[in-house]
Amino acid sequence: MYAIIAGGGRVGYYLAKTLAAEGHEVLLIEKCSTVSNEVRPVLGDIILEGDACETRTMEIAGVNRADVVAAVTGEDDDNLVICQLAKQRFGVKRTIARVNNPQNEELFARLGIDQTVSSTKIIYNLIEQEMETGLVVPLSTLRRGNLELVEVTVTPISPSANHKLADINLPEQCLIITVLRGERAIIPNGDMVIEPHDSLVAILDVRREKEFREVIAPSRRS
Amino acid sequence: MKVVILGCGRMAARLATHLSVAGHDVSVIDYDASQFQRLSSDFKGKKVLGDGTEQDTLRRAGIESAEVFVAITQGDNRNIMTSQIARVIFGVPRVYTRVKDPARAECFGQMGLKTFCTTILVASYLEDAVMGGAFPEKLENTPAAH
Repeated sequence: MYAIIAGGGRVGYYLAKTLAAEGHEVLLIEKCSTVSNEVRPVLGDIILEGDACETRTMEIAGVNRADVVAAVTGEDDDNLVICQLAKQRFGVKRTIARVNNPQNEELFARLGIDQTVSSTKIIYNLIEQEMETGLVVPLSTLRRGNLELVEVTVTPISPSANHKLADINLPEQCLIITVLRGERAIIPNGDMVIEPHDSLVAILDVRREKEFREVIAPSRRS
Repeated sequence: MKVVILGCGRMAARLATHLSVAGHDVSVIDYDASQFQRLSSDFKGKKVLGDGTEQDTLRRAGIESAEVFVAITQGDNRNIMTSQIARVIFGVPRVYTRVKDPARAECFGQMGLKTFCTTILVASYLEDAVMGGAFPEKLENTPAAH
């Protein structure tokens, strides 16, 4: 697999290092000469100095034979342009973008970026989880379509607590696939009564996440 | 007509002032307040201080009721991203984008953005002039041209 990483900051550097160690062909593109000169002795000749937003740099990097392009700079606009160029102009099959402003995730998805990673959102969710407000934690986004896997913890005051699954008014395009109760993971049927402290794993349309949260366990702030 | 302009550099300030004088409802966004000094006193529109890549800033500038959005910051990528926010998220009917890099202007032009590549435009006028053609009337720096 040939992976191109755009952005030689901490994220890009460790990503390139890890991929290279696993035996993949990887190229790191970084526009700042100070950074690339610092990194080259450690990573070797897998770093290309240049602006990944420039089509000429992409050509030199051999982007049209790349299996995946990951844009992980600190700027969303750069990451968007890199991925859009890679996909639309050079036909790269998989594009992955780091998104710093969570609001931009929707934009990126609608513009055809295959995968977005918002570390802000992930860490925010982990913080919220610690606070047990019943927030929906995204586990995974499926590559096709708008579906994601989420986990939500039911609290004693959640509207869904002590209700049968069949009686809960789930939004469309949503399925509860597992109930985690204590040490057990249960595949539920409609008759199962949801108890406080149950964690529900659901597969749903990303656009229904808010609706889902309202029905199962609204966070205290909402 | 409501127009939202992102950036308040020379080009943006000139465009904003002309449109405001012509009677349109213009908002200009910039994250550096000193840039607004470029706007002449004839400018009667709204100055919005903030990061134009943030949806809240765009809303404050009135993008939800805008007929036109123009992205003329110094950064091509910034212009390209915000134009797509205007088009895809806010559904602004007409979106124009300044892109200095000819390669990106072409690529994103093909993806449906109306791009103005200042590099290509000016280079082609210069080329015409150098090759012995007439100096374009519109570019004559006479007071009448303004």
